[in-house]
Amino acid sequence: MNRKTSIVLTGVGGQGVITAANILGKATAKANINIYVSEVHGMAQRGGTVNCTARMGDVSGPLVATGTADVIVSTEPIEALRNIMYANKKTKVITDINPVVPFTVAVGGEEYPNLKDVFREIQSRAILYKIDALKIAKDSGAAITKNIVILGALAATDVLPFKSDVLLETILENVPAKYKDINKKAFEGGMKALKDLRK
Amino acid sequence: MMEITNDKIGKKILLLGNEAITRGALEAGVDVATAYPGTPSSEIADTFSKIAKQATKQNKDPGFYFEYSTNEKVALEVAAAASFCGLRALTCMKHVGLNVASDAFMTYMYVGCKGGHIIVSADDPYCHSSQNEQDSRYFGLFGSAPTLEPTTPQEAKEMTRTGFEISEELKLPILLRTTTRLSHAKGLVTLNELQKSRRKGHFEKDMLLRTFLVTARAKHSVLLERLGQAERISEKSPFNEIINVGKPEDIGIVTSGVSYNYVKEVAELLYLNVRILKLGMTHPLPRKMCEKFITSCKTLVVVEELEPILENQFKAFAYDIQSDVKIYGKSTGHFSRLYEYNPDIVAEAFSTIFKVKNPFPKQVQPKIKVPSRPPVLCPGCSHRATYYAVKKAAPKGTVYPSDIGCYILGKAPPLEVADLLLCMGSNAGMACGLAVSTDQKIISFMGDSTFFHSGIPPVVDAVHHNHDIVITILDNRTTAMTGHQPHPGTEFDGMGQPAKLIKVEDVVKGLGVRHIEIVNPNNSKETTAAFKRALEYKGPSVVVSKSPCILLDVQRKRRTGEEIPVYYIDQEKCTQCKTCISRFGCPAFYYVEDGSIYIDETQCNGCGNCVEICPVDAISKKEEEK
Repeated sequence: MNRKTSIVLTGVGGQGVITAANILGKATAKANINIYVSEVHGMAQRGGTVNCTARMGDVSGPLVATGTADVIVSTEPIEALRNIMYANKKTKVITDINPVVPFTVAVGGEEYPNLKDVFREIQSRAILYKIDALKIAKDSGAAITKNIVILGALAATDVLPFKSDVLLETILENVPAKYKDINKKAFEGGMKALKDLRK
Repeated sequence: MMEITNDKIGKKILLLGNEAITRGALEAGVDVATAYPGTPSSEIADTFSKIAKQATKQNKDPGFYFEYSTNEKVALEVAAAASFCGLRALTCMKHVGLNVASDAFMTYMYVGCKGGHIIVSADDPYCHSSQNEQDSRYFGLFGSAPTLEPTTPQEAKEMTRTGFEISEELKLPILLRTTTRLSHAKGLVTLNELQKSRRKGHFEKDMLLRTFLVTARAKHSVLLERLGQAERISEKSPFNEIINVGKPEDIGIVTSGVSYNYVKEVAELLYLNVRILKLGMTHPLPRKMCEKFITSCKTLVVVEELEPILENQFKAFAYDIQSDVKIYGKSTGHFSRLYEYNPDIVAEAFSTIFKVKNPFPKQVQPKIKVPSRPPVLCPGCSHRATYYAVKKAAPKGTVYPSDIGCYILGKAPPLEVADLLLCMGSNAGMACGLAVSTDQKIISFMGDSTFFHSGIPPVVDAVHHNHDIVITILDNRTTAMTGHQPHPGTEFDGMGQPAKLIKVEDVVKGLGVRHIEIVNPNNSKETTAAFKRALEYKGPSVVVSKSPCILLDVQRKRRTGEEIPVYYIDQEKCTQCKTCISRFGCPAFYYVEDGSIYIDETQCNGCGNCVEICPVDAISKKEEEK
């Protein structure tokens, strides 16, 4: 297979970004496609910005070069913008619209930018899909499934080199039985949200 | 069954570089594994621990002995002794851990091993989770340790598996050097057969195992002979190979570790015609292979993260064979000794050297200023509560030596209680030095695991010399930052077996500390009073601040179904004084444009400390909606 797929997953430590990257890796392996995932562990997990990458197909390493991501998915709007250098005009940027204000704003005198400006800049450099992942997650039964909503949206983009069912299956294999329903709803909610945007 | 112990030969599974190392050791039938946790190495040990714990739960023998040792030096010594008994051993640590273990490491090479022994040192270029980005390969050169450098998880597994055989053939421990992008990258790994381990060996007495005077001199020459033998192995090693890209003529690229990934991808993207010498066994280098490679090239580019270790050796080789090859690398300014590499860095260097266009666009930062988001102490972290009390007790100008662990995050405003940091255990040693050098008050901080690791000797120093300092031991009942590993102060060990719990306060009492305060930091007033008393005491005092890591506490509550309370701010009572934000600094608090302050329920861990610190009693527990 000569195709390469590069995905950047970003957000705030604790939002399940690493879990999402991990599930994406497992699903790709399940689909018998070569995969590398780069994760962050340790210090970076304590509420800081988190950046994971997943590369599929004929690739020889997990890192994504500037301007070469196929998709950037983010569980927080300014984290999507922070990683915008990985995008080109064709890159799809899927982000949740709900800000998590970093502590440097509350204490350090930095400013959280106006969301309209954030989205405008992303739009000027890539194809933007904004979804209210938090609401979809809450409606599905748990706010912490926001990462699964985002994966659902990613599955609806046609960028993944395998069927969305494989991703959903992998998610369900990796959550406790009692949370399967919630996660399924979250994933399908994410898929629907993205499809609605593409209409 | 856990996937890591899957016994389907030939099956491909997705493993973290670190997990692949553990798998490789299991495929070699490792008998004894030891570690002190440290990012980016921790998951090697954690994987052994998980397997052992599951076996313990099922009353089965996991097939190996594993321990989280007190520190890296102890870990190396425990494993070395196992090797002397003929067992296969693995020791893993982060790069700076090898500094701690280096005393044992250097002489261990003289003595040599019996059972195969792999010593993993995980480097952290860019200091993602570290206090420096030293290159462990220097330890390979320094100690004359044969060194392997994997590029992918698959190779990490293979190098570990076959490394045991090389180690036994040479009777030398092998240094397996990884970097963060290998340790924490997942890739597909093809499984080999799991080997049964032996568990018990036998110690054969041999005077050469006592390195001292005559034997030490004798063993140094033995070591050099073995290194010569290692070079012959390196010449034939499948880990040293040449890969052609395009139709190569006279351009060669020399690389190792994760850099190979970027070199290969960029070379293909740029349609370069090059031969890549990918070195996996980087010490000793296969001299003949390298000289032949140099002879076949007019231009050489050396691509390696951090120090110019290959580059300098290749220059020496070129000199020796009187080659006029042009060598590009760090000395020509095309590559940096700083940070980690990536495809962009390699592409930029290649485009300059080979005069081709960089295939990647220049990085354009966002026009809007994106606020920084550094890691912070978690909401509900007991360290915050301790620090808040300390700030209330300590006079202005107090110096706060800190240490390696989550608590270093207390450096950030508004707490700002970390002024000095060198290495594990350094807080109290530096506190002693400050006490003789300044009249400022000194309050130092270290975690419980750090205390056992290397924090005890400086407490002895403080007691013996009667240094006037306050040493704080932040006892959160775990090694939190690296992923909640047990330590000598916990009641279970890394195999899930009950273990003797050693109390921090008992140790400091035994060391002769006269003034010891034991506090629960969640009681702010009492904690402040305790620090005031400790500051007044002339001589060394110790405050043991005991409260479990909030993350473990929340996990336990979720498991047992115990309520995790949620707190809210009564907007009528709140005067917007911002004590909760600008003095306490809990990240679960936020304010909106009109100045009103709220608690983010998705972030709050329900510690309730804010109730006590709010000067107007505006914060209360939310009653559960029924």
